[in-house]
Amino acid sequence: MATGIPLLTDLTTLAASSQLTPARSQMAFTLGFHIILACLGVAFPAMMLIANYLGLRRNDADAMELARRWSKVTAVTFAVGAVTGTVLSFEFGLLWPEFTGRFGSVFGILFAIEGIFFFLEAIFIAIYIFGWKRLSGWAHFWTGVPVVIAGLGGAFSVVAANAWMNQPQGFTLGADGTVTDVEPLKVIFNPAVPYEVPHMILAAYLVTGFLVASVYAVGMLRGRRDRHHRLGLLIPLTVAAIATPIQFVVGDTATRAIADDQPVKFAAMECVQTTHRDVTEYLGGICTSDGVEGAIPIPGLNSFLVDYSTDTQVIGLDSVPPRDRPPANTLLHLAFDAMVGICVLLIGLGAWLGLAWWRRRDIPRSRWFLRATAVSGVASIVALECGWIVTEVGRQPWVVYEIMRTEDAVTGASGVWFTFSAALALYAALGVATVLILRTMARRWRAEGVGEADVPYGPGAPAPPPATPPADGGSR
Amino acid sequence: MSTPDAVAGVLWLCATLYAVFGGADFGAGFWALFAGSGERGERARALVDWAIGPVWEANHVWLIFVLVVLWTAFSVAFSAIMSTLFIPLSLAVLGIVLRGSGFAFHKMARRLRNRQLAERIFGLSSLLTPFFMGTVVGAIASGRVPVGNAAGDAVTSWLNVPSLLTGALFVGTGAYLSAVFLVSDARRAGDPDLERYFSARALGAGLVTGAIALAGILVYRADARFIYDGLTGEGLPLVIVSAACGLGVLALLWRGELRGTRPLAVGAVAAVIWGWAAAQYPYLLPQTLEIEDGAAAEGTLTAVLIVFGIAVVMVLPALGFLYALAQRSMLDGEAEAASALPPAAGD
Ligand code: HDD
Ligand code: HEM
Ligand code: HEM
Repeated sequence: MATGIPLLTDLTTLAASSQLTPARSQMAFTLGFHIILACLGVAFPAMMLIANYLGLRRNDADAMELARRWSKVTAVTFAVGAVTGTVLSFEFGLLWPEFTGRFGSVFGILFAIEGIFFFLEAIFIAIYIFGWKRLSGWAHFWTGVPVVIAGLGGAFSVVAANAWMNQPQGFTLGADGTVTDVEPLKVIFNPAVPYEVPHMILAAYLVTGFLVASVYAVGMLRGRRDRHHRLGLLIPLTVAAIATPIQFVVGDTATRAIADDQPVKFAAMECVQTTHRDVTEYLGGICTSDGVEGAIPIPGLNSFLVDYSTDTQVIGLDSVPPRDRPPANTLLHLAFDAMVGICVLLIGLGAWLGLAWWRRRDIPRSRWFLRATAVSGVASIVALECGWIVTEVGRQPWVVYEIMRTEDAVTGASGVWFTFSAALALYAALGVATVLILRTMARRWRAEGVGEADVPYGPGAPAPPPATPPADGGSR
Repeated sequence: MSTPDAVAGVLWLCATLYAVFGGADFGAGFWALFAGSGERGERARALVDWAIGPVWEANHVWLIFVLVVLWTAFSVAFSAIMSTLFIPLSLAVLGIVLRGSGFAFHKMARRLRNRQLAERIFGLSSLLTPFFMGTVVGAIASGRVPVGNAAGDAVTSWLNVPSLLTGALFVGTGAYLSAVFLVSDARRAGDPDLERYFSARALGAGLVTGAIALAGILVYRADARFIYDGLTGEGLPLVIVSAACGLGVLALLWRGELRGTRPLAVGAVAAVIWGWAAAQYPYLLPQTLEIEDGAAAEGTLTAVLIVFGIAVVMVLPALGFLYALAQRSMLDGEAEAASALPPAAGD
């Protein structure tokens, strides 16, 4: 509505812009928190099923035990993921009413699809946890498969929505800027989907893989070197080691696509100030208006990466006026380098495992291998967050690329500083509580094995009902 | 019926499901909060845990559907509501986070003090969340949410008598529904003492909620005549159905008869929600935005209907499978299998 009258828009923008900084910070923070749990929600069920499969196939009690424990951990992270995800749904309205008000009818379809997947995921994870005692081995295994599929579907839907923000299409704008026509299939299968979605799904698998492996690596470093720990390290680490090199290829594809489709984002993350040929690639450093300082230069490589020839022209930041350029170029540049660098190191870790396995059918003996694995979990999370910084901050100043500015999307309500502070405090407590609970669970398992452990939901969760003799004799 | 009307119907259906399932969930938290610390209170809390444990999350997925259908099909209304009612909605979100994590963590906390803290957080947020959601609905119904980005008053839009009463009505309705469900759960758990305990509470909550509803109608008469006219006009049959169902439940409970109480209680809540729908039709935001005008482009609406159809086809059998599985092992007589039964979902 307000978008119809230019003068009014300017006025509301002025009034609204005071909310812009906290709104962005809150969005970034809550998304960055949720994505870690989302990764676990997408990929942990798959690891759990692999363990379950091995357990059934080889009659392996250790593998079964792992599957059982992992299903309980999934229940906890899923609950926290659901809570933080609900917050995000509200934020689309609370923080960005103009964005959702104008384009909700376009990208919203993807979230409607996501709703189905999450519902299915919630139902089947409940069935799976519940089924441990009540379904026969393979029947039980198969009830876990929909969880994995629903996780992939959910990730597809959400990331496709984000891909649409990067490469919007499939709608027509009327003269007053409102959406008059929508083609859902074009929205769903927008041009950024082919690289963003696989990249995110692989990220989920490799983050979960390294994270879980790192927990068992710490255990082994503390001397718990039994078969249980070795298997707990080996299964997730193998998955991650397979995902990482593929991730490298997909990431490389993404980079090339960005150079084509969102050249300004590419220029900002590589700090290319002017459009030219034979562009130097800089590793690290600080981005200034005269180029990168304090970096390792590799002449021509940047052009080569964009199109396999040092003669390739790379579009620079000067191709658009300053107000259309992304902020924080140094951050973007370093985030991109960190993501790529960590990917390379993680590939190395996977190769180390592969080599040892090929030669001796065993994990590497060196303590350094365990130490490296122990930090790989945190490292992969850093890569994950860096990737999102590249995507989201690199898209600025647009919320919908080249169509709607973030400053025009923000709420006119005041008080976002307040909600942002509350979110910081609340999520800090939530994060600490989650970690503490998981540690308590692990300790309890170590002491007494997995019983019908108390997980927050899903059948089999609650304490036994007061079914048998309710102590009502006295109260009568 | 036009496509926008059909999608509005879907939205209303999701809202009804959320009011019933989510509402009963909140109500269960309400009773847990006021159960006190005695032995009986402990048992009441254990029953609540048992009843909502398996379903508390699935129940709240309906809220996600409400939000998503609203922002996809009626984006203009969504944007208006979310920006004007920023404060009560933020408080509701806070409640959702605290509630979810409080519930998720209370059973795993080892130390008693931590567990009690988690329980207290869970109970309090079960009270506050539906209250603030009610004020939001009251603000919308009484026509205080104009179209635009934070175009309405940030405070007086929801801090007024009709909105506050609607908030109280939400809390009361949830408490009432869940007490009715818990009576049956107590019987299934074989605890006649708790059965009486929750029967008394269901009766009390029913009477209080009925009184709030009547007061609400009078307040709307003075404040938002449009809704009052609707409720006593097009919506009247449904309001009467709702009152009849509600009285039926009270009569049955009074006689200690449980069969039929749950469907009737659900009927009472559903009828009043659809009565409200009839009252404010054809408006989405009463007297400022009609369903037709607020609706998205045809392509989007069709897509929403298709997705809804797929959801029905895919989710319902899966849910049925979960419940059936739970029922079966219940019959096998496994003690802890009983915990799988989702009574709060009105099986
Ligand atoms: C664990 C994680 C991880 C690892 C090892 C990598 N990435 Fe990544 N990257 C992500 C996790 C990630 C991500 C967080 O998942 C992002 C954010 C949005 C997306 O789709 O994926 C992402 C985005 C992202 C983007 C921006 C896409 C956009 O703006 O639409 C580019 C250009 C790359 N990545 C490139 C790479 C390259 C060249 C890598 C390796 C050599 C690499 N990534 C490894
Ligand atoms: C979960 C991983 C994600 C992370 C960590 C992330 C990170 C961020 C960051 C850092 C910003 C702030 C950018 C700035 O203002 O400079 C942001 C903004 C935003 N993101 Fe994402 N994002 C994620 C996924 C998504 C997805 C899947 C969507 C939607 C479909 C989305 C929608 C938005 C919106 C609407 C904004 C606000 C407008 C803007 O600043 O462009 N994000 N996000
Ligand atoms: C790349 C980004 C994202 C991925 C891969 C992702 C994935 C997931 C997954 C797997 C879950 C299930 C809970 C769990 O397993 O932890 C979940 C929950 C949820 N997510 Fe996200 N999410 C992402 C971003 C978002 C965004 C931007 C939104 C905002 C609309 C969102 C909304 C939700 C909601 C509402 C839930 C709760 C569903 C339930 O109650 O079952 N997610 N997310």
